[in-house]
Amino acid sequence: MKLHEYQAKGVFADAGIPTPDSRLASDVEGVIAAAEEIGYPVAIKAQVQVGGRGKAGGIELVDDDEEARAAADRILGMDLKGYHVDRVLVEEAVEFTDELYVGVTMDRGEARPVAMVSTKGGVDIEAVAEETPEAIASEHVDPAFGMHSYQARKAVYDAGVDPALARDVSGVLTTLYRLWDERDGADAEINPLMVTADDEVIAADAVMNVDEDALFRQPELAEMEAEAASGDELERKADEYDFDYVRLSGNVGIIGNGAGLVMTTLDLVDYYGGEPANFLDVGGGAKAERIANALDMVFSDENVDSVVFNIFGGITRGDEVARGINEALEGFEEVPKPVVVRLAGTNWEEGMEILNEELVTVEETLESAVQRAVEYAQEVSQ
Amino acid sequence: MSVLVDDDTRVVVQGITGGEGKFHTGQMIEYGTNVVAGAVPGRGGEEVHGVPVYDTVAGAVEAEDANASVVLVPPAFAADAMFEALGADIELVVAITEGVPTQDMARVKRRLDETDAYLIGPNCPGIITPGEAKLGILPGNIFADGNVGLVSRSGTLTYQVVDNLTQRGIGQTTAIGIGGDPIIGTSFIDALELFENDPETKAIAMCGEIGGEDEEAAAAYIDEHVETPVAGFIAGRTAPPGKRMGHAGAIVSGSGTGTARSKIDALNDAGVPVGDTPEEVAEHVEDFL
Repeated sequence: MKLHEYQAKGVFADAGIPTPDSRLASDVEGVIAAAEEIGYPVAIKAQVQVGGRGKAGGIELVDDDEEARAAADRILGMDLKGYHVDRVLVEEAVEFTDELYVGVTMDRGEARPVAMVSTKGGVDIEAVAEETPEAIASEHVDPAFGMHSYQARKAVYDAGVDPALARDVSGVLTTLYRLWDERDGADAEINPLMVTADDEVIAADAVMNVDEDALFRQPELAEMEAEAASGDELERKADEYDFDYVRLSGNVGIIGNGAGLVMTTLDLVDYYGGEPANFLDVGGGAKAERIANALDMVFSDENVDSVVFNIFGGITRGDEVARGINEALEGFEEVPKPVVVRLAGTNWEEGMEILNEELVTVEETLESAVQRAVEYAQEVSQ
Repeated sequence: MSVLVDDDTRVVVQGITGGEGKFHTGQMIEYGTNVVAGAVPGRGGEEVHGVPVYDTVAGAVEAEDANASVVLVPPAFAADAMFEALGADIELVVAITEGVPTQDMARVKRRLDETDAYLIGPNCPGIITPGEAKLGILPGNIFADGNVGLVSRSGTLTYQVVDNLTQRGIGQTTAIGIGGDPIIGTSFIDALELFENDPETKAIAMCGEIGGEDEEAAAAYIDEHVETPVAGFIAGRTAPPGKRMGHAGAIVSGSGTGTARSKIDALNDAGVPVGDTPEEVAEHVEDFL
């Protein structure tokens, strides 16, 4: 789960990391009021969770009320890479002489946290990592001990940070690591960490991604998630149903159990010349109601022209799946889009008997089910 | 022959009194697994399916000689359960639990590295040696005894590929679902090493997916150390970058690492044919035998 910039900045500021003075606003008058309190110039920044906000026109620097009004009017309500902007952060504009990078993440391969510092802040750090990896100093942390103070200092020295700043930057890194550790961060990042003319550092942006599996012990962050939930309507609906769902751009709807098998079903749709409309994993042990919800979910996507239902039962039972499909489809006067079903594994024979074959097409293998669904989608879309 | 589990494996189920624990213990026993104990704090002295329950894993080890554990406890308690099993000198820990925090797993992995034990999972279907033992939640009826070792990051995809194999009359020595999380115990490389050293395993099927670089590392390992023929499958060719595809570990990062293409290329370079469909994986394996 990714916090909004304003949320991450709040978390960082509470922990003692210097951040620019800022206010959240959701209408033009709020923006003007905030800007006057902070004092011009200010930056007006769209609070949506997409990269490259600046380039897409989601950030503007303004010098007075008139400019602020125009910028707020334009940014509030705009569509930024598919996301509706309903809030902006009004922030003190910081004059800087240099831009640094500090970050903490989990190195999957090493199964250890890694703390990083670079003097090449303000640009895409992944590009820096690829082009000039030596420009990023990193320290792997032993999870049994946590990050030692010397490691923070070492990373700062290794990165070649101006010695006059070393103490402050290693202080920021130490705090960032502690936050990452205590708040179950996946990534925590300050890019850029701005250096001012009088050698102070300040977090001009803030990224905090939290491990969703740890939200049960992060009640404060879990509430932020509820607040942060915005963006795609279908993905919101999937959250309500508690599905792992990703919307894609094709027209073959896909429902299955288990991430690997659902991904494979997507790949086969592509392989047989179709285009997947979504990834939807009902998870393990789904009962009839959940199956019906999954169909409702996929039918809510107006791009969908056919649906392939692929279940290989382990703890999921074929009879429950069949009941759920019947339940969902019998609710329609006419089935909205053709549905192809393939059941295998636990209780698949019982499932086949229950399934109302007037409402669905049954296929025996994964390959044939996908091919049939692709054909239907092509017929419908023609 | 087989790897890690067989008739002699003595299993303690951690969380045996819970709904999942009870149900899957029943299924494991029905399959023929030697479940000798359960471990649940505060429930010592009870019985589940005739299996004695102890308050601690150490108690189960002492009284029943348990040497393997299956973790079926909720995510908040899963890391502690794994630490407990490792502390009781359990040789094989199979963690089924889905949703274990990643930072917990970094600590568990750190501890695991100090021991000689194997940890399978978390977020995995478990391990099965057909006809002998299953530790986990895999549907036993689709497996058959034979000569193919199978290792996979995904549960239901494992079933799909096993089904493709079994339908062709190709059985398995052992199948291991290593789990879909970013940090797991037993890696592809660990499993490949085990199969390579098992004289009965004549071919290996390996099912990976997008995210991380374990498949690439496995490809390099195969190239150097594995004589047994390997066929591969990689799920997630159509996954868009930056989106988590169900598994916490299945995500292509913005910079393009962890893509299906890089994994398929690495495997092909190591001489491993990668099927476009699960059926093709089974065909490759059949060609090897």
